[in-house]
Amino acid sequence: MAGVRAAAGAAQTGITMTNVEAVRTTLHDALVRDERVLIMGEDVGARGNVFLITKGFLEEFGPQRIIDTPLAEASIVGVAIGMAMEGLRPIAEIQFADFIYPAFNQIVGEAAKIRYRSNGDYTCPLVIRTPYGGGVRGALSHSVSIEALFYHVPGLTILAPSTPADIKGLLNAAIESPDPVLFLEHKKTYRSVKGEVPAGYYTIPIGKADVKKAGSDVTVVSFGYNLHQALDAANRLEGEDVSVEVIDLRSIRPMDKTTILQSVRKTRKLLIVHEDNKFGGVGAEIAAMVAEEALFDLDAPIRRLAGPDVPAMGYALPLEEEFMISTEEMVGAMRDLAKF
Amino acid sequence: MAKTTTAGTRDLDRAGLSDERLVAMLRNMLLQRQLDNRGFQLNRQGKIPFALGSEGHEAVQAGAAMAFERGRDVLVPYYRDLGLALGVGMSPFEILSSLFARQTDRSMGRQFPNHYTNHDLGVLSISSIIAGHCTHAVGVAAAFKYRGEGGRAVLCTTGEGATSQGEWHESVNYAAVHGLPIVFLVQNNEWAISTPQDLQMRVANVADKAPGYGLPGVVCDGFSPVATYAAMNDAFVRARGGGGPTIVEAKCYRFLSHSTDDDDRTYRSREEIEERRKMDPVPRFEQVLIEAGVIDEARRKQLRADVLRETNEATDAAEAQPYPPAESLYTNVVAGDYQPWQE
Repeated sequence: MAGVRAAAGAAQTGITMTNVEAVRTTLHDALVRDERVLIMGEDVGARGNVFLITKGFLEEFGPQRIIDTPLAEASIVGVAIGMAMEGLRPIAEIQFADFIYPAFNQIVGEAAKIRYRSNGDYTCPLVIRTPYGGGVRGALSHSVSIEALFYHVPGLTILAPSTPADIKGLLNAAIESPDPVLFLEHKKTYRSVKGEVPAGYYTIPIGKADVKKAGSDVTVVSFGYNLHQALDAANRLEGEDVSVEVIDLRSIRPMDKTTILQSVRKTRKLLIVHEDNKFGGVGAEIAAMVAEEALFDLDAPIRRLAGPDVPAMGYALPLEEEFMISTEEMVGAMRDLAKF
Repeated sequence: MAKTTTAGTRDLDRAGLSDERLVAMLRNMLLQRQLDNRGFQLNRQGKIPFALGSEGHEAVQAGAAMAFERGRDVLVPYYRDLGLALGVGMSPFEILSSLFARQTDRSMGRQFPNHYTNHDLGVLSISSIIAGHCTHAVGVAAAFKYRGEGGRAVLCTTGEGATSQGEWHESVNYAAVHGLPIVFLVQNNEWAISTPQDLQMRVANVADKAPGYGLPGVVCDGFSPVATYAAMNDAFVRARGGGGPTIVEAKCYRFLSHSTDDDDRTYRSREEIEERRKMDPVPRFEQVLIEAGVIDEARRKQLRADVLRETNEATDAAEAQPYPPAESLYTNVVAGDYQPWQE
């Protein structure tokens, strides 16, 4: 973990770092910048979080700001809601996204509705961070994607950035947000994805997608680990003279209509890729929006590549591999659409 | 076992309260009773869709509110806390604006009746999901402690049914572990809609659960405002001084159905209610103050007339207000204009 330790404060100088280092340095800088910021969750103190994201924070900021909570997710979120209503800026951590279900009521029934139900008399500036996603031998309860369970809920903001620079800018935006934000970090990208991070404090606007690769034949919309596979697939197809535009969704609620429509009207073909199962997933909303707004601009049916409709990925390697979308499948889908 | 405190009646145990404050508690109780009746009347007249009464809780709430320090403490109520809302400074006009769902309601007619919010007075916005608010109360108390705001405490209230919820347990446990400035007031009226206490818990008193959290638990006579004040004041003083949380259980009774949509004849006997009505805390406390010479018969009549007039005026004023405009449905989802699809 030497690399993780060395990364503390690196955002000030602008260097290449992994996704997990981006989370760590951004949290660290927020704690330095704003005394209202607290971090609370299971094992965030002495252990420094199970991915070592907060390692050393307890010593630096003390137990009043780095709070090892009792092992109870509903109250991790609920107590953070009360702190936020009282003017603090808590960052609550759910150790794995799979463990967020006990806090569902607090997120959906409470946090998302506080501004609305009080007509602005109270607000809930809360960030809930959680690692999600599979491909790490996490089996049924350390692998799930949860965005579809929450993206139906007005009042919530859901962010799922995929690169270190986007993590920094959007985590800063989440902490600045006057409303509750669910911040999703794909755990398979924590150490496998590296990138350049600009120096100094900055935010990225919530609700803006990013064209990670420009192209003219097919539009791909994705996020998380899949986004990086889609970029690989698109690069491979360069050799076949197929030009793929890859859009990183980044913000799941709200979503960026403009960027998606501009791209689709140019390429006239759309592929949506996400790890969660297809039925009722984020791709369904994107496909419906494009069908409503740009059906007659399309030259091919909208295509979705998504996880299988089973409760979860299994522990055994073949079961996990069968669940996860392969880069080869993405290459095939992009090629088929380009030829359509 | 939990410590029990009870107030004497004929020899007035005033728990240090002046005549003025004793009368203020009685006035609060009379106003609660009058507003409760008004809510049910307006519902039966077809003027409002729903009302929910706190009859039987008047003494608990008058006493607890007297221990609450306005401008410092924060109230995180539940939905049967009319007397606490009044006792911390909300007006009958606000209550009736909520019942009529008028534009003058703080939520602008969004919230169900009895779901108060008043940030200026330190009354936290709540949902109807039982015990979910207890975690928020703990968060407010944690913020007080984090900012070093000694001398402030949070009052978190529930009924006894809420103590079956995981979030009540999580809240009490969290507050205990962190030694937070909070008082958990459990208003035990014996019924959670139709479910009696013995189907909620094995123990005789909610306060008996307190030792399991390493906390003091106190049972008080919730039909006596003085006894409730005494127990609550001790708990508040302890919390404000850094002594941590207390669970106070006030034994009371729910005289009315759960709400205007409930019919309690389907699950409890008329005899049970009649028996408990004999101990009705409102006439009982009037009598206590008369026998102690704090008020006379003329003052009692005057107080009753005052709260009736106040209730009538607030009813007329609230009813005359407009509904919120339909377009207001779309505001305050998040800060600023909000569209799930961003142009």
